[in-house]
Amino acid sequence: MGEVIQLNNESLLKYVLQLADNAMILGQRLAETCGHGPVLEQDIAITNISLDLIGEARVLYQYAAEIEGGGKTEDDYPYKRDVRDWQNILLVEQPNGHFGHIIMRQFMFDCYHYCHLKAMIDSSDERLAQIAAKTIKEATYHLKYSSEWVIRLGDGTEESHDKMQEALNDRIRFFDEAFIPSKIENEESLNGIKVDCVAIRKLAWAKFQEICQTATLEIPEVKFPQKGGKDGLHSEHFGYLLSELQFLQKSYPNSNW
Amino acid sequence: MVVDKSNIEEILKNVTDPEIPVLTIQDLGIYQGFETDGNKITVLITPTYTGCPAMDMISVNVKAAMEEAGYNDVDVKLILSPVWTTDMISEEGHRKLREYGIAPPVEKTSDKSYMSGEEKIVPCPQCESTNTQIISQFGSTACKALYKCNDCLEPFDYFKCY
Repeated sequence: MGEVIQLNNESLLKYVLQLADNAMILGQRLAETCGHGPVLEQDIAITNISLDLIGEARVLYQYAAEIEGGGKTEDDYPYKRDVRDWQNILLVEQPNGHFGHIIMRQFMFDCYHYCHLKAMIDSSDERLAQIAAKTIKEATYHLKYSSEWVIRLGDGTEESHDKMQEALNDRIRFFDEAFIPSKIENEESLNGIKVDCVAIRKLAWAKFQEICQTATLEIPEVKFPQKGGKDGLHSEHFGYLLSELQFLQKSYPNSNW
Repeated sequence: MVVDKSNIEEILKNVTDPEIPVLTIQDLGIYQGFETDGNKITVLITPTYTGCPAMDMISVNVKAAMEEAGYNDVDVKLILSPVWTTDMISEEGHRKLREYGIAPPVEKTSDKSYMSGEEKIVPCPQCESTNTQIISQFGSTACKALYKCNDCLEPFDYFKCY
């Protein structure tokens, strides 16, 4: 009996970390733009979203530390794990590029994130349900913000339209990974706790298509969606991202404020 | 030190938000009471935005206020339930916000317009004109949006519905 519970906890830990990693890495990518936004208001908006996501990552990492026990803290996960231990989707680690790329990545993530949280409110795991009920309020604003920008730029000038279309063409291959179950998302012991990521695809895609259509953007067909991030196989950009995120802990191990 | 519940209640009610110093944590609705275990006191706070940096500062301020009154064994616990919403800001809080120049939330989270994203009219806290427009959904802190008044031409913060 004891063994079963432990196995279940290990799966839950892995699942919670997967959710946390998505929020953490997108939060980090957005934080990179601090001070570099196209105008002050958008600089502030992007870093506000970054702050929300890092906040979400924190409550999830805190939960992970409680599940794992043994003196783990929320800081151990972002600062002391190497590339292969991270389970975030490839979309969130993609470099910022221009403002159109940032917005398109955000919009894709928000479509997924919002639908995911909406489903997670019904999780049988009380803590995950609480976290979802809280963070969906923030995700609602994110989705509204990124949708408005996709429309404004997509249906804007010829130049802004072209840049948004280019961003869409470039990032679309990373969109579907969120809806393809990883090993942990196929784990039966997590039934009722986890979100059925296949089931939320329809809703997320409906929102995605609706906004793209209003924005006069054409969604290209994707023959081979990029995946692997959720199982620890990341793109070449990821090591660079981590080296900046973890610089302090690597150079001055265990240093504290 | 003997735990005096009404005294503690009084101290805690008066701790203010570092970003919006006119509001106490009670006005904001984030103060959720305290628990005692012998001499140990655990203060319960339900955070506003999950990433709000003011939360750490509030924890420090709560501990400092309690220490000043002689309570040294104090812990602040952030709880996720009940989930904080702007509906929990008191009437008094709304009045203080307006006087401070921040427009308080104009709708309840149970209103349909909140989730559908339909824009509500936010009256200007300086001149009360309803001829206002949104500049940015995200303002100087996580909880605020940036608006401007088309009549008095002043920009202002709006404490957005959450």
